[in-house]
Amino acid sequence: MSIDKQDVQKIAHLARLALTEEDADQYQHSLSSVLTLVEQMQSVNTEGVEPLSNPLEMTQRLREDKVTEGNRRDEFLANAPQTEAGLFLVPQVIE
Amino acid sequence: MFQQNISSLAQQLRNKELSSVELTRAFLDRIAQIDGQLNSFITVSEHTALEQAAAADKILSEGKGSSLTGIPIAHKDLFCTQDILTTSGSKMLHNFVPPYESTVTQRLAEAGTVMLGKTNMDEFAMGSSNENSFFGAVKNPWNLDKVPGGSSGGSAAAVAAGLVVAATGTDTGGSIRQPASFCGITGLKPTYGRVSRFGMIAYASSLDQAGPMAKSAEDCAHIMQSIAGFDEKDSTSSENKTDNYLNSLNTPLTGLKIGLPKEYFGEGLDADVAKVIMDAVAEFEKLGATVKEISLPNLQLSIPSYYVIAPSEASSNLSRFDGVRFGHRCDDAKDLLDMYTRTRAEGFGAEVQKRIMVGTYALSEGYYDAYYLKAQRIRRLIKQDFVAALDEVDVIMGPVAPTTAFGLGSKTNDPVAMYLEDIYTLSANLAGIPAMSVPAGFADNMPVGLHIMGNYFAEAKLLNVAHQFQQHTDWHLQSPAMIKGAQE
Amino acid sequence: MNWEVVIGLEIHAQLSTQSKLFSGAPIGFGAEPNTQTALVDLGMPGALPVFNKEALRMAVMFGHAVNAEIGMTSVFARKNYFYPDLPKGYQTSQMDHPIVGKGYLDVTLDDGTTSRVGITRAHLEEDAGKSLHEDFQGMTGIDLNRSSTPLLEIVSEPDIRSAKEAVAYVKMIHSIVTYLGICDGNMAEGSMRCDVNISLRPKGQQEYGTRTEIKNVNSFRFIEKAIYTEIERQADILEDGGRITQETRLYDPEKNETRSMRSKEDANDYRYFPCPDLLPVVLTQEYVDQIKTTLPELPSQKAARFQSEHSLSEYDAAVLSSSREMADYFESANDIVKDAKLTANWVMGELSKLLNQAQLEIAHSPVNAKAFGELLQRIKDNTINGKTAKDVFQLMWEGEGSADDIIEAKGLKQVTDTGAIEAMIQTILDANSAQVEQYRAAEPDKQKKMIGFFVGQVMKASQGKANPGIVNPILAKMLKG
Repeated sequence: MSIDKQDVQKIAHLARLALTEEDADQYQHSLSSVLTLVEQMQSVNTEGVEPLSNPLEMTQRLREDKVTEGNRRDEFLANAPQTEAGLFLVPQVIE
Repeated sequence: MFQQNISSLAQQLRNKELSSVELTRAFLDRIAQIDGQLNSFITVSEHTALEQAAAADKILSEGKGSSLTGIPIAHKDLFCTQDILTTSGSKMLHNFVPPYESTVTQRLAEAGTVMLGKTNMDEFAMGSSNENSFFGAVKNPWNLDKVPGGSSGGSAAAVAAGLVVAATGTDTGGSIRQPASFCGITGLKPTYGRVSRFGMIAYASSLDQAGPMAKSAEDCAHIMQSIAGFDEKDSTSSENKTDNYLNSLNTPLTGLKIGLPKEYFGEGLDADVAKVIMDAVAEFEKLGATVKEISLPNLQLSIPSYYVIAPSEASSNLSRFDGVRFGHRCDDAKDLLDMYTRTRAEGFGAEVQKRIMVGTYALSEGYYDAYYLKAQRIRRLIKQDFVAALDEVDVIMGPVAPTTAFGLGSKTNDPVAMYLEDIYTLSANLAGIPAMSVPAGFADNMPVGLHIMGNYFAEAKLLNVAHQFQQHTDWHLQSPAMIKGAQE
Repeated sequence: MNWEVVIGLEIHAQLSTQSKLFSGAPIGFGAEPNTQTALVDLGMPGALPVFNKEALRMAVMFGHAVNAEIGMTSVFARKNYFYPDLPKGYQTSQMDHPIVGKGYLDVTLDDGTTSRVGITRAHLEEDAGKSLHEDFQGMTGIDLNRSSTPLLEIVSEPDIRSAKEAVAYVKMIHSIVTYLGICDGNMAEGSMRCDVNISLRPKGQQEYGTRTEIKNVNSFRFIEKAIYTEIERQADILEDGGRITQETRLYDPEKNETRSMRSKEDANDYRYFPCPDLLPVVLTQEYVDQIKTTLPELPSQKAARFQSEHSLSEYDAAVLSSSREMADYFESANDIVKDAKLTANWVMGELSKLLNQAQLEIAHSPVNAKAFGELLQRIKDNTINGKTAKDVFQLMWEGEGSADDIIEAKGLKQVTDTGAIEAMIQTILDANSAQVEQYRAAEPDKQKKMIGFFVGQVMKASQGKANPGIVNPILAKMLKG
């Protein structure tokens, strides 16, 4: 299984990773080798086998609808790269 | 002092032969003296450690506390620790100081342990050699030219070098067991859901599990006693009641049924490693165990299944690192897209970016069924193999890794070869069963770990089996030459 | 060409829980930014979600109310995309296994016709935060208070064929969720938001045309207007031989037009997969059945009862049952008055008029149902006439006191003493003998018109207090002579 450079660019965009031309070449190679490894799976017949997403197959526990959290804005904002007036700031979003 | 076990230190602390402040000071000095060679710590929290030690001494002086009160330990740097830098080995979090505490570190703090610092690791727990850390590679204390294994390599190296009494690790595909094997210590990956994941920076949520890394099974049991058990903050945490991990350590192994999966002893396994494992198995037979060959037919498929599921979950788990609320943000972003893409390209290392790319691809439109769903179906086959095997035997044994610790830099250019390192460990994570690495001997002067896997929630059984082995062998008491040279 | 419009709706109803879908942070509109957040709402590393019991109960209630299959096993999935107000880089939603499956609603239009609208599904998901575009050094501010607020997304089948039907459907959903008490229905604050999918096709054609999605239309009126303008826009393009681009559009109420939202992610690929931090939600039949027993009377059931129990017309019954508050108000008032037609007319007439003028919800009416009922009772027992009652109601509205207080204070009590009325009429007839002569000489159908003059005179003389029901027959008799 190999993927082309356009695929690499598309995936990088979905994953929001900046990619240089050089990176793209490298990724094309390394992703292809991982995908080749992963291809082994296709030889196995899994018809009728249910996918397993949680090893214990437990079910969801429910939380009481209670407010347990107070306002910790200052602490929560302390790690942010840029804030103002209690808001996280990001480069302008154009709607 | 640096090679003693928890029970012995606890007794000395209780008898006032030693204070926790003295013990902590001694370990801090030793870290300062030795860790320059190993790089096993990202952060040494000296000030907090001494405060905790003083507090522990006060509790001990009142005749209170647990066997862990005053014991110096360290945490893998992906457990969030309140007000203490938590990096997950990444540039992305090089400045992240959590305003909250993980359940594991919280419980150990409540038990009275003293945290010496945060240990080095492969970035976001992705790696088998600890070469993928933004804070530099960790060296193996048994041979500084070799890797300590990964991703909990810092914890393994620190315990092996006697820089801490015990440490926490996490295991997504072998990240406790493989470094434990490479560094000659004892490590336990509990059943998925046995230990809370709250406050653990996620790699792959359905596989990640925290556990103890220490010099012996008994020490691991002490740590488990504190960290295991239900946590309402984690939806995947099991409500099953916990066992007393210390009480059953001395149960005799007479009649224990050991299964040896033939797939663990095939091509690719180093002959010297195989011999160590078979000698260890013979030791168990002497202790009254019976051995039979079993089969885990889908073992080979654990690699492709894992390398789809883990990166898929990771690609989503790591989306939150976007430069908005915490961590690294690139300079001079010209717009939002530029901020996202450069922040993430700068903040994540190569291996992390690669796994994000693989996972993004596997989940993308048109490929989801062929990759992600297929991998989940195979995951069920792997689980079924274990369920069937553990119906016949009490524990499964084999090697943890095909070889002993390999040379630094020797596999960095061949990612697929690196992935194959995990062949024996991945399946326990996919199935969610508990598994251990126990020192069983040496091959070419490097430690070899015996892999012991058991049934769901059979941690007490695994610790019992390992402890009995350690009562009759002294492999776990060996320490690297560099330690012997250092001052006691 | 003759076009048929095809409409499907996605309604996001914010569930009225105390705490968030996956955290114990409070929910409230208008709080200081970022003061109502927990770790998981901010996507902090290592933070984990735990599912709110009440949100589940509310979703199941809704499922029952729209005759839907309940998902006995529902699964949370992650919808992955990057946006600054989406802190985790994914929205936790439901994809393949929603909590509510196929159902339907019968929608009654103004003209009395009923149509059935299929409900495809309703699923639980978390809301995102808000991006504030006011200028912060040329940057956008992010407020995550709304992050992880529980939403029920209700998806209809493309069964709707007109703007009016769409509005009727949304109103119906609105009344159901407010009846159930699972959503406050406040569209201005965004507690209920609506996405409209519209396409056109030549009448008679089977396959659907290309659709556009109008995002976040936030009032009944705008839904109708947005649909009309979008139909017009699409028809213009199609008539000119053009093609519709499948895209997301925004309705601008000021310009009354829709426009393309280009910035919203080119060719999205959301990479849905089951959320590994949450487990399948598995329900027991007992739980589902138990919730069914707690359902209140729903609007359609209430309307039917109003018709049978109170003999109201279908239209009156539908209007009065459209909101739980109005229905409750009507029933409480009528408990006092015991005249459903009178009460219905006044609720839908005078009360609604004043509420509209003041832009108030019925729940905030300055005259409560009991006081209102007492006023109507005074009409019924002939203490005051309808015209006076309107004046009294106005004064009650302004806070002047109860109906009886005002009637007493202003001396508005009707004169019902027949002797007094006869005397009053005699005085008037004496003073207007010319008119009386004319009346007596006129044809009977002319007389009917002429009697109004005398009624007016009596009312004037009595300052409106004479009861017309008593005045009219006496007057007619005395005029005959």
